[in-house]
Amino acid sequence: MACNLLRHCKLCNLSTRIVNSLTSRNLHSSSNEKADIVISGGGMVGTAMACALGHTDFLQDKKIILLESAPEKKDFKLSERYSNRTCAISPATVGLFQNIGAWDEILQMRCQPVKRMQVWESCSDSVITFNDEELMNDLAYIVENDVILEAIRRQLSSLSDRVEVRYQTSAKSYIIPGSTPGHDNVDQNTWVTIETDKGQKIQTKLLIGADGMNSAVRKAGKFHVFQQDYKQQAVVATLEVSGTSDNSVAWQRFLPTGPIAMLPLSSNYSCLIWTTSPTKAKYLKDLQDDNFVDAVNDAFWHERDKDSTVMSISQKYQELLNYVFSDNQVVRQLPPTVVGVDPGSRASFPLSLNHSSNYVKPRVALIGDAAHRLHPLAGQGVNLGFGDVSCLSQVLNEAVQSGSDVGSLYYLSKYETERQRAVLPVVMTIHGLHHLYNTDFSPVVLLRSLGLQSTNALQFVKNKIIQQASS
Amino acid sequence: RLGSQNKRWHSNHARPIAQSTIDEEEREKFQKLSHTWWNETGEFQALHALNALRVPWITNSLVEKQDQPPPLHTKPLLGLQILDAGSGGGILSEPLARLGANMIGVDMVEDNIRVAQTHLEEDPSICGSVKYIQATVEDLVETNEDAFDAVVASEVVEHVSNIDTFLTSCCKIIKPGGSIFLTTINKTALSYTTGVLAAEYLLRLVPIGTHDWEKFISPEDLQFLLDKCGFSTTLIHGMMYNPLTRRWSWISNSSVNYGLHAVKLHPQTSETSSKENSTDSVERSD
Repeated sequence: MACNLLRHCKLCNLSTRIVNSLTSRNLHSSSNEKADIVISGGGMVGTAMACALGHTDFLQDKKIILLESAPEKKDFKLSERYSNRTCAISPATVGLFQNIGAWDEILQMRCQPVKRMQVWESCSDSVITFNDEELMNDLAYIVENDVILEAIRRQLSSLSDRVEVRYQTSAKSYIIPGSTPGHDNVDQNTWVTIETDKGQKIQTKLLIGADGMNSAVRKAGKFHVFQQDYKQQAVVATLEVSGTSDNSVAWQRFLPTGPIAMLPLSSNYSCLIWTTSPTKAKYLKDLQDDNFVDAVNDAFWHERDKDSTVMSISQKYQELLNYVFSDNQVVRQLPPTVVGVDPGSRASFPLSLNHSSNYVKPRVALIGDAAHRLHPLAGQGVNLGFGDVSCLSQVLNEAVQSGSDVGSLYYLSKYETERQRAVLPVVMTIHGLHHLYNTDFSPVVLLRSLGLQSTNALQFVKNKIIQQASS
Repeated sequence: RLGSQNKRWHSNHARPIAQSTIDEEEREKFQKLSHTWWNETGEFQALHALNALRVPWITNSLVEKQDQPPPLHTKPLLGLQILDAGSGGGILSEPLARLGANMIGVDMVEDNIRVAQTHLEEDPSICGSVKYIQATVEDLVETNEDAFDAVVASEVVEHVSNIDTFLTSCCKIIKPGGSIFLTTINKTALSYTTGVLAAEYLLRLVPIGTHDWEKFISPEDLQFLLDKCGFSTTLIHGMMYNPLTRRWSWISNSSVNYGLHAVKLHPQTSETSSKENSTDSVERSD
């Protein structure tokens, strides 16, 4: 009997050992999944990147994975109330959305075209207006972030054979050869290893960092980043405005504490983006609804900051401009009065400038806010991110068409050069505008007023600006 | 006939030592370089950058010769057997394999073959499509007559000691109607100043001593040798490397770098057409 038991035990042990060695061998060989491209971050830009790659011809037999920490939203319902996070989508971005099939989805949900823009300030009467009357094109479209994300996700789900989306999965760590501590001496052309929070290990030829301004990919790749805290907060809210049949104008008034902007959402509703100091932001968020409404109206209408010296000089200058450019008179419109604010729609977030000095390394590329994050005063931030998506997908298409490895630095540098050429001037202009309007110092006020008035009088300059902002 | 008397067969692992195009000095020089082959921003930067020119050129030329467009447009070279003569670290073999070709890469330096094989194993998608052999083109002649759809000898003939032997061997292993693609450097005063002096000593684009001007060959001489072997040259086009942008481009002037595409004539036409060879410098836009 003892013998039998012993034999049985031995057999048990033997079979366990065999099973263990087999499974450990399997685990070892399959623990490192291999992919061609992994996109980390499923926000608007990351999801758009996944969708664009899914539509890229030559990438059809490549394994593409998108990692997104949020759960999948199976039944999205368009809420009656507007969301307080919106974007001003440029015509170039509309082009990208059309290419990936998301634009129709957005139109079916909701978006508001902007036909006119008026920008002025509180220290003087100078104003600039933009409208594309000759070309009959809309300047921009105001769309809620949720709507954009849902539209792109819907398209992405129809590309499930091309792109695999892993919801509720985020990267726990990245091993970027040559950069990650402990792997500094590894050849930079070794594939990148990503460990997810679920313990999966993925080795990929190209890692695309779309994980926002505090990008972990950027940190892991030891990219050098220029950062400046603006020491401002942007207060957002959904406002009810006095009924105008055609709420298609975007308004922005520069105050010395920061610009206040109103973007149209529908004939009765507009979105507020008010950049101000952190203390004022807290104060505004704590106000009662009707006091808040008064504060907003006051910000758009008050005359307290008017600098009389500047006013008199600028008036004379305007008379001169009116004489010289007599067929281009200044048309100043009045913004609609705010009559209410959506309860619970007030929120704020801090503002900073972040710019990575490189957008690429061997086998790594940064897109969107991970590469560049700007002040929202010109509504350009997300459009630059979508511009990154268009450029990178084109460059990768070219790379694969030439038989190249998708992580090849030769092609990634093409993306970096092209995007830096587009992004840097915008970053510098916006940064410059922020500083220019952040003061009520008379000489600066005079300078910027005369400058603005001159620009407003020169239609071809304004057309150039529109063209630049639309591309 | 060329090397058959000199062959000595050792064990099944040894290569036959045939009369060959090996140049002993060349071999030592390249052995030092094999470590940094795959660094795109290192010593071989120009060679990596050259892929942007030569891979589409080779692909388009081979696709154009087919009667029908390729069934899978992401793999235009599917079904084609191509030899990369002087494959080095595998810089050219890998992209061609990715586009569907069945590649064989030969190189005389064992280190290069080892580097190429190691790098190949990192990419499972092409592992089965490329075979590297330490050998010369000569060594393949006996067992591979008329076997290849194309032979690519890119940046190779300027390092070979006997071009005639090399080209004859290439001719023997290419199928009739198959192609040979060569990129090399012209033998001109300009190629000495830019290709050797400037490239090696001034701009350090390639390590010093990489090139020996005496071994450069003009497109006319190359074409003559190819005609003798039974090829018809269809294209000669100049190429230029811009050290500032670090990119290559096609140019009409072939005084320094140039590419040449020739097609192996079918046996019945080779005797009559040797007088009818035309050289077309075709404008290509990239």
